[in-house]
Amino acid sequence: MIRVVLPAHLRTLARVDGDVELQVEGPVTQRSMLDALEERYPMLHGTIRDHVTQQRRPFLRFFACGEDLSHEPPDAPLPDAVSSGAEPFFIIGAIAGG
Amino acid sequence: MSGVRVLVGTRKGAFELTSDGKRGRWDVSGPHFAGWEIYHVKGSPADPNRLYASQTSGWFGQIIQRSDDGGKTWHQPGTPPGEPTTAPDGTPKGESNKFVYDTSPETGRPLTTHQFYDGTQHPWEFKRVWHLEPSLRDPDTVYAGVEDAALFRSTDGGKTWQELAGLRGHGTGPEWQPGAGGMCLHTILIDPSDPRRMFIAISAAGAFRTDDAGKTWRPINRGLKSQYIPNPEAEVGHCVHRIAMNPSRPKVLFMQKHWDVMRSDNAGESWQEVSGNLPTDFGFPIDVHAHEPETIYVVPIKSDSEHFPPDGKLRVYRSRTGGNEWEALTKGLPQRDCFVNVLRDAMAVDSLDPCGVYFGTTGGQVYASADAGDSWAPIVRDLPAVLSVEVQTMP
Repeated sequence: MIRVVLPAHLRTLARVDGDVELQVEGPVTQRSMLDALEERYPMLHGTIRDHVTQQRRPFLRFFACGEDLSHEPPDAPLPDAVSSGAEPFFIIGAIAGG
Repeated sequence: MSGVRVLVGTRKGAFELTSDGKRGRWDVSGPHFAGWEIYHVKGSPADPNRLYASQTSGWFGQIIQRSDDGGKTWHQPGTPPGEPTTAPDGTPKGESNKFVYDTSPETGRPLTTHQFYDGTQHPWEFKRVWHLEPSLRDPDTVYAGVEDAALFRSTDGGKTWQELAGLRGHGTGPEWQPGAGGMCLHTILIDPSDPRRMFIAISAAGAFRTDDAGKTWRPINRGLKSQYIPNPEAEVGHCVHRIAMNPSRPKVLFMQKHWDVMRSDNAGESWQEVSGNLPTDFGFPIDVHAHEPETIYVVPIKSDSEHFPPDGKLRVYRSRTGGNEWEALTKGLPQRDCFVNVLRDAMAVDSLDPCGVYFGTTGGQVYASADAGDSWAPIVRDLPAVLSVEVQTMP
């Protein structure tokens, strides 16, 4: 199981309280993890990645194991600690706005 | 007993303000979608319990919300919680937030750019839904005006959206340009006497009309004068802020433009200025009395660079003559030290008798008048900045 920590507004949309646990088939990458997340919570389509380009939305960043993974290729393997469920994958909104 | 439900969109959520027909005591519920920008909430004329809301965020993009019980509960169309990810009809869920410009050779056009602030061409990029206009007859049909300017339609209760690409594709699209608030399609008026006729308005492109249910469109801006456009006969490029109509007279339109209040007596074929004695002809909202089609309301704003009321006095101006002759309505409104704005979608009227008039401010007040504007009182004073106000009159 992969653990994903969503920003508060996306937890509200998905109607979940805490971390999200996902089963990902095959190699665990940003793309496969986000595909699994959107499959499980279809209301999140378009909120993390653009509907058409599948690019990460600009005010969101990805972190895991103390590293900024935002600019890693979407098909690069995620750290073993994430794919094993030992460490969560964080989706974080930029600190901005009023 | 009759009553009203006022639907308020703000920078930080949606609110519902309800009252009986006397409109003196109010219940306030919300915030719904707390922390999100709610550009617009509107109910279906065919089913008052069917509400649509545009929920948007710079972080997370566009969400469409729907209520089937008058706002008690909400869901993303096609995505009720806990249900399978595909609807029985095979509709993929999570599609309700998807607004994709039509570029297909069959129905779309290879329209990829519009004019940007600096005069260069810029790609069309979807940003948000500014306005939702439910069909007058079918609760499942709803139109969405979006930024960058385009018109979308859903015929399945908001589950999926298709662009009416004839608007962007009619030929003037590359000349459209954004106003300060973005290049938004903010006004959608459906002709109650002919559902194939619709009017829309875009900042800063102008007003447009279809007579074939959205398939083809043409600009209707003859008579508009915009000082920043070198060509005085320019067909498009005008910063129209709002258009309003009384349903009993759908060929008569009233417009608040960036500068100038205008009227048309021929469904937009030509426009005449009716600013008359207004202290300033800049402003955003305009609306028409529910029962007196020559009675109109505007909120003059000092200028396009300051965006607050003249002299710190919040005044609604009413004309009972279809324009040109205006009276200031001040009773119950702050007449000193008031520097709020009233945005283009933040005024509405109910259909009770006497007609109720409502508007919201960027300072978070929602004011109501139960006597057609003669006197005003705040329903609430301290909401987040108000983006939109709509009213449902309940039987």
